[in-house]
Amino acid sequence: MSDRVSVAKTYKLYIGGAFPRSESGRVYAVTDSRGGFLANAAQASRKDARDAVAAARKAFPGWSGATAYNRGQVLYRVAELLEGRREQFVREVAASEGVKHAESVVNAAIDRWVWYAGWTDKVATVLGASNPVAGPYFSFSVPEPTGVVAALAPQSSSLLGLVSVVAPVIATGNTCVVVSSQNRPLPAITLSEVLATSDVPGGVVNVLTGRTGELAPWLASHADVNALDLTGAPESIRAELERAAAGTVKRVSRAGRGGEPDWTREPGVDRLRAVLETKTVWHPMGV
Amino acid sequence: MATPAATELSEVTRDDASLRRFLHGLPGVDQVGVEQRAAGLGTRSIKKAAKLFAIDTAISMVDLTTLEGADTPGKVRTLAAKARRPDPDYPDVPHVGAVCVYPDLVEVAVTALAGSGVGVASVATAFPSGRSNLGVKLADTEMAVHAGASEIDMVIDRGAFLSGRYGRVFDEIVAVKAACGDAHLKVILETGELSTYDNVRRASWLALLAGGDFIKTSTGKVTPAATLPVTHVMLQAVRDWWERTGQLRGVKPAGGIRTTKDAIRYLVAVHEVAGPEWLSPELFRFGASSLLNDLLMQRRAQIEGHYSGPDYVTVD
Repeated sequence: MSDRVSVAKTYKLYIGGAFPRSESGRVYAVTDSRGGFLANAAQASRKDARDAVAAARKAFPGWSGATAYNRGQVLYRVAELLEGRREQFVREVAASEGVKHAESVVNAAIDRWVWYAGWTDKVATVLGASNPVAGPYFSFSVPEPTGVVAALAPQSSSLLGLVSVVAPVIATGNTCVVVSSQNRPLPAITLSEVLATSDVPGGVVNVLTGRTGELAPWLASHADVNALDLTGAPESIRAELERAAAGTVKRVSRAGRGGEPDWTREPGVDRLRAVLETKTVWHPMGV
Repeated sequence: MATPAATELSEVTRDDASLRRFLHGLPGVDQVGVEQRAAGLGTRSIKKAAKLFAIDTAISMVDLTTLEGADTPGKVRTLAAKARRPDPDYPDVPHVGAVCVYPDLVEVAVTALAGSGVGVASVATAFPSGRSNLGVKLADTEMAVHAGASEIDMVIDRGAFLSGRYGRVFDEIVAVKAACGDAHLKVILETGELSTYDNVRRASWLALLAGGDFIKTSTGKVTPAATLPVTHVMLQAVRDWWERTGQLRGVKPAGGIRTTKDAIRYLVAVHEVAGPEWLSPELFRFGASSLLNDLLMQRRAQIEGHYSGPDYVTVD
């Protein structure tokens, strides 16, 4: 029998490749599905959200300018690291979601990451086009990343849902500020530890833990955010968030309306398409 | 009290030896103390209406600067337009203090800023190193003044200062001041090369004694550029000068000030160390270029109630 005192952790945020405390100094207790204490997580404030957006903006030129092939390799490397932490993820998913099939959830999350890593250099061919035009021109439509994407991660599916929200955003060359599941933030924190030790440049993914309802309005109205993913938004403020986002003409993904999607289903390209802009180029054919 | 102090100061500059005696007789700077006080004042929280006031004050103090080899008349005209009206969506934003350019572009800036109330500052005297003879430095200054500059930013001869030839530095500043005519003279100490706070204090007094209207921290070409503790020491010098002579002289930190938070820290220092009189573009300036955009973004955030972004300000 062991009388060892448990080492309770107080986790921090993940902004710009570093792990800062919340500017507000706040933390909140994270509990498992039966109400037992798991750890303390940082409770981000609007200033942390602002810093995260600034970090994401700073990382955007480098990440969107990287070749698709390079991004694919970097993301595949992340999947390798996720695999290495599989047991920790299984433990955290089991504790927070209280499910027996945690292992299959973690497997699905890693597989999903690999799946999106494969999309990096295929998305331009699938969503782009060489357009037939009546004139001596080539006309190409090329998908390009929209910029900084603020994502509200799903509240129930703390790992598979999170991965399904974040991976398509960065696979397409966007940078991301993600607000993790409010009551189940631990898999997101572990994911940020994985990202910090991977080849993903700092600032490409920024993870905020805290109250979704407190952070979301600031991200929705922030003029330097280009797209907003409402997947994990509380039902009561969805309309308000959409209205705030309209003020600066953001792309809004309304996924998760009326309940969380079934994350185990094959995702398709919808989430990739949602964060891409189409640039059409006309070029004289010559001679 | 004024008369003995004045005579005393004129005695100081009589010859090299008395100048040296005076400068080395200045009390030493308590390094730990000044750094601690600068850090302590930097934590003061300025919010809401006070923040808006601070932002507007800081905007009116900006010397919008472009000192690159690649500067063109077009770039200077763009900068001038921004200086006149920093944020076209908000006409109530004050214009900046001045536009700061190299001497050959002064004429362009003067034309572009005519009638706006924005000053034109020109660097001179073999900027940024100051390594040339007096004749060249004076010609440089006269060229800028002739082109219409209302403010001259000169660099001191750090080589002479550091080797203790204070008289030479003094005479040079006096000569440049004479060449300036009506233009204001800002004396750049390049504190990043002076290594100690004691030297900063001596250089500040030397520049004030020689008639500099402003003392300025740096050229922006050397790191470290402006820091809060150095600015504290310089603010103390102008305050002490005012107490001794009744004359108000200004301070200009330059280089490395990029965010509104930094700028507000400087304004707190100005208020606490020198006094509220110095919270005016006549007596305090920021030498900066990217600072203005951050000030404008913060101003918008205050007024519009949500965070702004770089897409809403000009790219320079």
